[in-house]
Amino acid sequence: MDKQKKIVHPYIPNSVPEIKQQMLEEIGISDINTLYEDIPEDLRFTGEMNLPDPLISEYALKRHVDQILSKNQTCQENLSFLGGDCWQHYVPAICDEINQRSEFLTAYAGEPYEDHGRFQTLFEYASMMGELLDMDVVNVPTYDWGQAASTSIRMAARITRRTEVLVAESISPDRLLIIRNYCKPIIKIELVKYDKKTGKLDIDDLKAKISSNTAGIYFENPSYHGCIEDQGKIISDIAHTHGALSLIGVDPISLGILIPPSNYGADIVSGDIQGLGMHMQYGGSLAGFIATRDEERFVMEYPSRLFGITTTAVEGEHGFGDVTYDRTSFHDRIEGKEFIGTAAALWGITAGVYLALVGPQGIQELGKLIMQKSQYAMKKLSEIEGVSIPFYASSHFKEFVVDFSTSSKMVKEVNKALLEEGIFGGKDISKEFPELGNCAVYCITEIHTKEDIDRLVHAVDECLKKEEPK
Amino acid sequence: MFEKGGTKMNRKNKVRNFHQAKWDEPVIFELSNKGERGILFPEIEKEIEMDIGDGISNLPKNMVREQPPNLPELSQMQVLKHYLRLSQQTLGADLNVDIGQGTCTMKYSPKINEKLATSSKFTELHPSQDETTVQGILEIIYKLDLFLREISGLDKFTFQPSGGSQAIFAIASIIHAHHEASGESEKRDEIITTMFSHPSDAAAPIVKGYKIINIYPNEDGLPAVEALEKAVSNRTAGLLITNPEDTGIFNPKIREFTRIVHEIGGVCGYDQANANGILGITRAKEAGFDLCFFNLHKTFSSPHGCGGPAAGALGVTEEFIKYLPTPLVEFDESKYFFNYDVPRSIGKVRAFYGVVPAILKAYSWIMSLGSKGLREVSEIAVLNNNYLLKKVLELRGASAPYAEGRHRIEQVRYSWDELYRETGVTTEDITCRMVDFGFHMWSSHHPFIVPQPFTLEPTESYSKAEIDEYIAGLKKVVEEAYENPEIVKTAPHRSVVHKIDVDSLDDPTRWAITWRAYLKKSKK
Repeated sequence: MDKQKKIVHPYIPNSVPEIKQQMLEEIGISDINTLYEDIPEDLRFTGEMNLPDPLISEYALKRHVDQILSKNQTCQENLSFLGGDCWQHYVPAICDEINQRSEFLTAYAGEPYEDHGRFQTLFEYASMMGELLDMDVVNVPTYDWGQAASTSIRMAARITRRTEVLVAESISPDRLLIIRNYCKPIIKIELVKYDKKTGKLDIDDLKAKISSNTAGIYFENPSYHGCIEDQGKIISDIAHTHGALSLIGVDPISLGILIPPSNYGADIVSGDIQGLGMHMQYGGSLAGFIATRDEERFVMEYPSRLFGITTTAVEGEHGFGDVTYDRTSFHDRIEGKEFIGTAAALWGITAGVYLALVGPQGIQELGKLIMQKSQYAMKKLSEIEGVSIPFYASSHFKEFVVDFSTSSKMVKEVNKALLEEGIFGGKDISKEFPELGNCAVYCITEIHTKEDIDRLVHAVDECLKKEEPK
Repeated sequence: MFEKGGTKMNRKNKVRNFHQAKWDEPVIFELSNKGERGILFPEIEKEIEMDIGDGISNLPKNMVREQPPNLPELSQMQVLKHYLRLSQQTLGADLNVDIGQGTCTMKYSPKINEKLATSSKFTELHPSQDETTVQGILEIIYKLDLFLREISGLDKFTFQPSGGSQAIFAIASIIHAHHEASGESEKRDEIITTMFSHPSDAAAPIVKGYKIINIYPNEDGLPAVEALEKAVSNRTAGLLITNPEDTGIFNPKIREFTRIVHEIGGVCGYDQANANGILGITRAKEAGFDLCFFNLHKTFSSPHGCGGPAAGALGVTEEFIKYLPTPLVEFDESKYFFNYDVPRSIGKVRAFYGVVPAILKAYSWIMSLGSKGLREVSEIAVLNNNYLLKKVLELRGASAPYAEGRHRIEQVRYSWDELYRETGVTTEDITCRMVDFGFHMWSSHHPFIVPQPFTLEPTESYSKAEIDEYIAGLKKVVEEAYENPEIVKTAPHRSVVHKIDVDSLDDPTRWAITWRAYLKKSKK
């Protein structure tokens, strides 16, 4: 370890002894410890942190981390049908190229003067999302869909001055946990049932539960089970009749073929942009959007940064800046709306690149591809003995539930058998939605070929045919 | 050419004759040409099409989008070029001597870590994969937990919070759950914090329903023990505090603080956003904290990404593990696995397990430094800061309020008040002029109790030559402020844009947050 002391670490230039000495002299002290004079002795940590010996050469470090990562089996090496809040879509090369640019990767909180590009790219991201969503206001991304949905609920509560919110039971269970924690103890969450035959919202239950205390009704389209909710207008109308807001979560990649929630009465729309150009990164690349109409009562309730376009001292030059910065907690820690901090801007820039690449035709073609492939997979899987598709009669986007109840196998067993074939089966939801039985959510995107789907169908069929070795 | 131990730049003026790239780049919608394509997707297989049809006609009619969204239409190279130009109009930390962004610990984000985090052995992992297929990444998550336990002295970490502010919110949620367990959550409705802690230390607990008691600094810049004694009561739920605060002054009575709060039954949370100067020097445990968090995107080198993705690593003592968000990553001596059995868990604050790329980069950064290296990081960061402090105070019109003559930890909140009173030049004017020399400089977020504030944090990443260059830049701007203030007030002159009209950004009839809103409003 003494040997290590003499090393000038490549990340710490002023470790060079002569420079260190020169700086100490300039400060007028001889020992660096003097700088810690305000830390009392009894607060000093005198031990040695028990950390592994450092891998000081970059090669050794790379070798070490690569070796750990080699223990992973990826969705690229295997065939994956996992979805549910994180999706395997194709990531165009240019998305990676742009989000790895040093300038974007390492910028932070500069002013519009030196970070004009950062402001413009995020304004453009919001603008393209605005087109997709048919709404005029979109935030600089927040942490994830769970946060975006939670904030949309808190915004609704502030706007309506009410403290009860109805949430569709068919939303992602993890998202519901996030919402519950974010609302507790201020807002009461009540669940609205879904129709067990169609997967859509149970309108009678909604009518029974909504009241003049309801701030909003939050539902998702498609639902966590992949069902397309076609009663959006009815739900929004019911909300509005009671003075509540219509809060809708949506998968933005569906909006090339599906109408955006604003067209069926949504007041605040939220969702995740991970599918728009981000690798899955073990769920680490999620980012949430919140969209509204351009009305002061909505805009002033955003906790997020909102970047706007403006003019400059030079005629015809575009400038950018923060819209109504004073509503944020950066401006006022007590009066600011919720809180703001470092969130997920780089993924917003990347999603902008993605939307610029796919364009209007691409987003339509992509939606159509996903519809065709997922319908094909649903059909083929439904033909297997022991498999049924719970909401088969409803339309789906990208994801659907597969029920193995009539077979002798549990989802867990099916997935184990599939894993042996190099296939990651759908997400087991038998604990989260026990009322549906022995079910998994399968996800099909544009990356799946007919051959991939046929391989899955064959493997499931083989697995279910096998005698139970109990 | 090389002066002994001195600066090496072979030009007389240390201040750069800088000019930012200015491409006069239109907004992307202005570049659209009908019919151009940026990317094509696979064709649908004939067999599927025969079997299923177009996949759209069987949709409910009211759900079909007839008109495609009005996205711009560009070919691939044109998209690339547009974004490359915009990147050149962004002054990342990799380019500038980014010590002007105080409180944010702008340090080098090693490229090797970026390379590792873009490996397909990581990027192509789905978070719901079977545990047996993700042993590598779980090992990294678990080991980073072990490392941070050493650094903090606490007993367990979660990485679910995706930023410092979300970690603060999670801490407020845990404090709430803790008092709920003893039936006191309604009675204990106050959180105490200090004005020089991060704004979110107040803002996030408010979302949880807490009232905030803000302790203002004394003349010495520190919150007084007496002020805390006055603030606590049987309504106190907890304390959320930074140390050192954004002034860079270490509160030597911090253990007094945690003791007083504990005595009345409160919980103590440590915002370690300012940890870069104290790694291996002093820890949350010895100061008596129950909870703490580190920003992996600050202290532990994961890049800032224009404002995220980030990660708030939240640590707790044994007593508080039962409240952590689920799942926890555990190790049973043969395999890594998820533990969902957390009896009083607050639930979740983020989907899945957090911002995993930041976890991977922080792990790799610590592995490259080790225990002594981390201490060296802190010592040099503090050395740099005190060297800079000395140099800044030599500049006319600058001051460092509070704790005169004392050394600081890793940053200082300075004031240009004297300069402002003598010249009329504000901190904002100075930040704009610094842009002309290739520097980013930031003033402050709330509170604005230091007049004309500016906050500098020269982390371990910057060389003495770079710090000298920064000082030379500031010196030049100060000279201009006294001799030719107009040039400072009308700055920037060599940036991408000129003075921005900010009034319209606060006017509902004129603000435009999207291009479509801009088109509608500019027609009026």
